[in-house]
Amino acid sequence: MSSIGTGYDLSAAQFSPDGRVFQVEYAQKAVENSGTAVGLVCKDGVVLAVEKIVTSKLYEPGTNKRLFTVDTHVGLACAGLLADARAIVDVARNEAANYRAEYSVPMPVKELTERVSNYLHAYTLYSSVRPYGCSVMLASYLNDSPQLFVTDPSGLCFGYFGAAIGKAKQNAKTEIEKLKLKELTCKQLVKEAAKIIYLVHDEVKDKQFELELSWVCAESQGRHELVPKALKVQAEKYAKAALEEESSDDEEDM
Amino acid sequence: MNIEAPPLWSNGPKPGLFYDFPGRSVGQSLVNDHAKTHTMYPTTTGTSVIGIVFDGGVMIAADKLGSYGSLARFRNVERIFKATDEAVLAFGGDIADYQFIREVIEQKVRDDECGGYSKQLDAGALHSWLTRVLYNRRSRFNPLWLDCVVAGFRAGKPFLGFVDKIGTAYEATEVASGFGQYFAIPMLRSAREKKSDGIFTQAEARKVIEEAMKVLYYRDCRGFHRYMVATVTKEGVTIDDDLDLKKDTNWDLAHLTKLL
Repeated sequence: MSSIGTGYDLSAAQFSPDGRVFQVEYAQKAVENSGTAVGLVCKDGVVLAVEKIVTSKLYEPGTNKRLFTVDTHVGLACAGLLADARAIVDVARNEAANYRAEYSVPMPVKELTERVSNYLHAYTLYSSVRPYGCSVMLASYLNDSPQLFVTDPSGLCFGYFGAAIGKAKQNAKTEIEKLKLKELTCKQLVKEAAKIIYLVHDEVKDKQFELELSWVCAESQGRHELVPKALKVQAEKYAKAALEEESSDDEEDM
Repeated sequence: MNIEAPPLWSNGPKPGLFYDFPGRSVGQSLVNDHAKTHTMYPTTTGTSVIGIVFDGGVMIAADKLGSYGSLARFRNVERIFKATDEAVLAFGGDIADYQFIREVIEQKVRDDECGGYSKQLDAGALHSWLTRVLYNRRSRFNPLWLDCVVAGFRAGKPFLGFVDKIGTAYEATEVASGFGQYFAIPMLRSAREKKSDGIFTQAEARKVIEEAMKVLYYRDCRGFHRYMVATVTKEGVTIDDDLDLKKDTNWDLAHLTKLL
């Protein structure tokens, strides 16, 4: 990397002569090393899917989850350093709880994301701290309106119809673009989300992974919940079948 | 000629005392030594809450009046709320304190749901928690002016518990607060004693509760005809929130009770 050895990458409080903050870019690198997470918005809710890479067979299944519930109506998927993400989840939960105490209504996810990204941004300004090495995706379904926002270690945030973060975000994004999100329901999207995660998973580099699936939608009464077991099994089956079809197509091409 | 030297340190402090700043009246101490006062009496209040255990569940009831002294100020106050599928709470005493503790409990439940690892709070857990909060507040001479009835399950078994503003806590198969302690408890107990096994069915429990609420409406000047009943069973919580006793009561004799 061009920044190494130049001395401008030692602190988040210093620019490089060409106007970059290398510490923040390194934090973004940490996000890109992580397993992929996708979020899809459709007409009746939002689906989150995470490829949780399992680095050892000795881990119990279901540990170190990367999907969180921030408030009853807000789900969060993260990519990057998990411990950093947990700290962000804590901040987000406090924000959501404070908002409720203040206004006695659930916090709109747009405002929540803005608060969280302002917090992330504060950690890009000082030499005494390091930026957060994680990106988070916040999904909610409030007043019949599904919404998805993504933050970034620099403190930026954007709203999306379909978003991907982590290792294979480019591939995932091309896959998402193929979907007609506005015409699908959450139940159908769960399968598509699972398929994308299976499709972009790199079997050579990371052998094992666990699929995490959650949604906030009309089906779950506006609550963020893990996708019901039966549906998840179905989605995984669909994803594996789709994957096999694809690989046999490849063989025919050859 | 008498020449007196001026005082060396006029208006200065005497040894061991502080300088007397101008504008401060003599003798006023530096610290506020007024007694600190706290809630000494409730403001808008709810009256009795009653509850009984029946076969496979618990039932509680409370009327919907918020009294301002003897004035029937608010006539549609819900004093029962569902915390989780295994716990409902009913409150007598200060309505503002009830609303406060309700917010706290609701956020507590949400925190647990979001955490995803802890098990759902049941009535036993909430009762235990309330005893700590209320006892702690009273120990600091700043009580939450409440009579709490906690109904639901503890470790899968029906549970009915009570805590009051000074932290007195107990669990029982029939519970009442306020006037209900004098009027409802004897009714609930004698109804139970009439049963050979001492176990109510849900329908019997409902009948006894209705009867007790009626007597409370007749006898308690802070009672009211609109009331709520919450039932907790293994299937979950059901709350009837628009019950009315008016049709079931007869006030024809009321004028005879006037003092001559």
